This record gives sequence, structure tokens and C-alpha cells, in this order.
Amino acid sequence: MSHKILLTSREVNIILHRLACQLIEKHLDFSDTVLIGLQPRGRFLAERIKQLLEQEYNVTGIELGFLDITFFRDDFRRSDKPLEANRTEIDFLVENKKVVFIDDVLYTGRSIRAALTAIQSFGRPSEIELLVLIDRRFSRHLPIQPDYRGRQVDAINDEKVKVSWKEHDGEDSVYLI
Amino acid sequence: MKELSVNHLLGIKYINKNDIDLIFETADQFKEVINRPIKKVPSLRDITIANIFFENSTRTKLSFELAQKRLSADVISFSAAQSSVKKGETLIDTVNNILSMKVDMVVMRHERPGAAHFLSRNVNASIVNAGDGAHEHPTQGLLDSYTIREKLGEVGGKKVVIVGDILHSRVALSNIFALQMQGAEVRVCGPKTLIPKYIESLGVKVEPNLRKALEWADVANMLRVQNERLDVNYFPSTREYAQQYGVDKALLDSLDKEIIIMHPGPINRGVEITSDVADSQQSVILEQVENGVAVRMAVIYLLASKIKQ
Repeated sequence: MSHKILLTSREVNIILHRLACQLIEKHLDFSDTVLIGLQPRGRFLAERIKQLLEQEYNVTGIELGFLDITFFRDDFRRSDKPLEANRTEIDFLVENKKVVFIDDVLYTGRSIRAALTAIQSFGRPSEIELLVLIDRRFSRHLPIQPDYRGRQVDAINDEKVKVSWKEHDGEDSVYLI
Repeated sequence: MKELSVNHLLGIKYINKNDIDLIFETADQFKEVINRPIKKVPSLRDITIANIFFENSTRTKLSFELAQKRLSADVISFSAAQSSVKKGETLIDTVNNILSMKVDMVVMRHERPGAAHFLSRNVNASIVNAGDGAHEHPTQGLLDSYTIREKLGEVGGKKVVIVGDILHSRVALSNIFALQMQGAEVRVCGPKTLIPKYIESLGVKVEPNLRKALEWADVANMLRVQNERLDVNYFPSTREYAQQYGVDKALLDSLDKEIIIMHPGPINRGVEITSDVADSQQSVILEQVENGVAVRMAVIYLLASKIKQ
């Protein structure tokens, strides 16, 4: 099982800055926008992006929430994987707001489909966008594409894309394993 | 380990501590769901559940129905009138009805102990015991512990006294099993005629004096006098029961610490507890009801996830 490095720490950093700038271009001062990290792993990326926007680009008052999609998955009872739910923390209404879903890897698109259904429980967003660090193109099962993408990757089914974060795993990096 | 060790919920005595922890973690998630603007999750949309209540119920029946509907399951409910169910006979008829409706899960309350167990051996469905005679009421035992965990942080090491008609109470037995499994210490208090003879063999001490029991405890679970199960006079009068084993505000305030008052419902106001106690800050009776929905959602969700496609 080979570990191929896709993004080094420096490359991840540059990409995060670029994504932050792209977000600012579209959403300006974020007064009508909320960021939603998809649990469990989109959470770290979402927190990083918020931190970057606040500290490096002086955007204040950004609303950040975390959405758990375990109960909206379409593989309940169909897969042997035990389901582990994480916390959903959305302390604001998404009614009429622009929602940006943030996840680390976009693969089949089923998680995003679940998130699109799940977010309806919190209101009716005015629009929903998707930001991902890694887009595994050609692996989609559904017609779902990101609005902001870090890096596009071609990976075969057996391979997994592993994203590590400094706060959690010691370094920022993306590996293909 | 993220799966229940059982395929049915027949009683607390058949599950283990890991199961309880898993149910509580899942219930935490569902408690958040039932506080959202849209309180539904679609997980159980391909599951059919039958609620069969042979005994009267308000709380439990509504609670189960609500839990099932919030999980998007298809629900059919029927209550048999309070007729005497001959041992086994009518139940077999019911079993045949269920088989022909192809339901995935059955929630049953029955007056005979062991009825849920019987069903689990004869029906190809997942069974949840909503109370079988004076035997067990596992979801009540779970939601009571869940409420204690919510209020006090954890159940282990806490002191819980169960007050009242222990003899006829399935709530008491399920609570005893659940609390002991989580490391709490349990005592019972009530008229001698209503305390089972061998309760001490369960590791439960008897404290005949209510004041002493409350002074010892962190939590008091007040049971209703089960008039429908009293075949003889177990105490001289309701008034005498209330005087000796009922809790009023004066008694509660005279204790040197604030204890939590629980009651599975329905309350006989003025008998087990007075109105000012039931409506006081220390009573968690309504929280028990809210937690009941979340815990039942968790139980049904976890049992359903074991029913393979």
C-alpha cells in the first residue's frame, strides 16, 4: 500500500489562502453568508477557513456551523459499516442565507446529497454552494460539482485520499493511500 | 462497538453497559434533532412498525408513536380494550395478524410478564417491550437513567431511592437493573406490604423511613400506586399512604440538600407527591417525557439498523 503525497504543507496553505480569497470575491463581507462544515472531517477545514478569513483578511462576524448527516445517509441498513453520529451545531437560522458547505474530499457526492436534505431542517437557504479541498473527479455517483475546489485528483476506487490537519494530526497534508 | 448486542429490547437484564452507553450517545443526537425547526430524519422511511397496547397508556404510547414518526417510519397502532387476554391464545392470533402485515418491528405492552419474550420467539420481527405486566419496562428504565445523566452528569456513584409500590412496578425493576449496571446505588422505600420479599437479593437495601431515604439519596423516583394491580388492600387508606410515603414541599425543603424528584407518570397529585413538588424546580418529570422521545428514537433507530435489507 503506497503513500503518495498529493499536497505538502505549503501547498495546502497556498490553496487555503486561494479558497479564502475566492470566497471573499463572491461573498464580500459575509453578512448574508454562513459556513457549514460537514462532520466529521469537513469541520477542520471549515474552522481553518474561518480562521484565515478573520485573521489574514479581516472579515469579522462569520457564522460557522457543523452539520452531521448520519441520519440522512442513503446507505442506512445497506452497508455493514456501523454508523457513528457526530454533533450538529447550527446555532443560527439559515433562512434566506447563502450557505457554503465545506468538506475535505468530494468523492461520490452522496454526502453532499444528504447534506442538501439535512440543511432543510434548519430553514430555506437563498443559495447553497460547495467548497472542497480535494475533488476526486470521475468518481461521482450523482450530478454534484463543487463551486470552489482546492485540487482536482484522479484516483482509482481502491485508493483513499487522506487529509491531515496540523491541529489534529500534526501536519497539514494530503496523501493518496 | 457501535451496534447493540441484542436484536430486541425485551428487558434491561438482556443488555449490557456498552448498549446503554450507545443508546445514550445516540439519544443525545436525537435530542438535538427534536429541537430543530423540522424535527424529522428520513432514516426509517422503509420500516413499518406496529404498536400493540393491550394495557392503557398515554405517555408511552404517544412517546413511541412520536419517536417512530420523527424517524419517518410507517406506524400502525392498535390498542386492545382492557379485556383479559387468555394466556397465549389471543396472542397467537395477534402474531398471525402481524406476520401477514409484514411489519419489521413490534412495540408491545401486555399485562402478562414474558409476553414480549414469547413474541420474540414466535414472530419474525424486532420486538420492543413497552411493559409486560409487573416485569420490565426497559425504555422507561433507560429514559430515567438518561435524565439522571443529564441532570447530574453521570449515573455512576449516584444514590437513587425508588419510593412506593415496588411489588407491582415494572418501572422499578427496569430502573434497578439499569442503575446498577451503570454503577449507581439503589434503595427502595415503601409500605412493607408493597416491597417484594427478596428485593435484597438484587443488592437493593430497604429503607422503611421516607425521610431517612430522602436524606440518603441524590435522586428520588416516586412510583404511582398501581390501583389496577392491587387485588387486596395493601395499606389501610390512600390518606395513610400519602402521609407516610408521599412527598410534600415541606419535607423536600427540610432536607439538607436539593434532591431530584422523578416520576414515571401519571401522577396522583396529593398521593405520591403534592402539586407544589410536582411543579417545583427540583422535579424533572417533564424532562423525563422529553427525554423519553429521544431515548425511544435511539432504541428504535439502533434496532432498525440491525434489520438487514
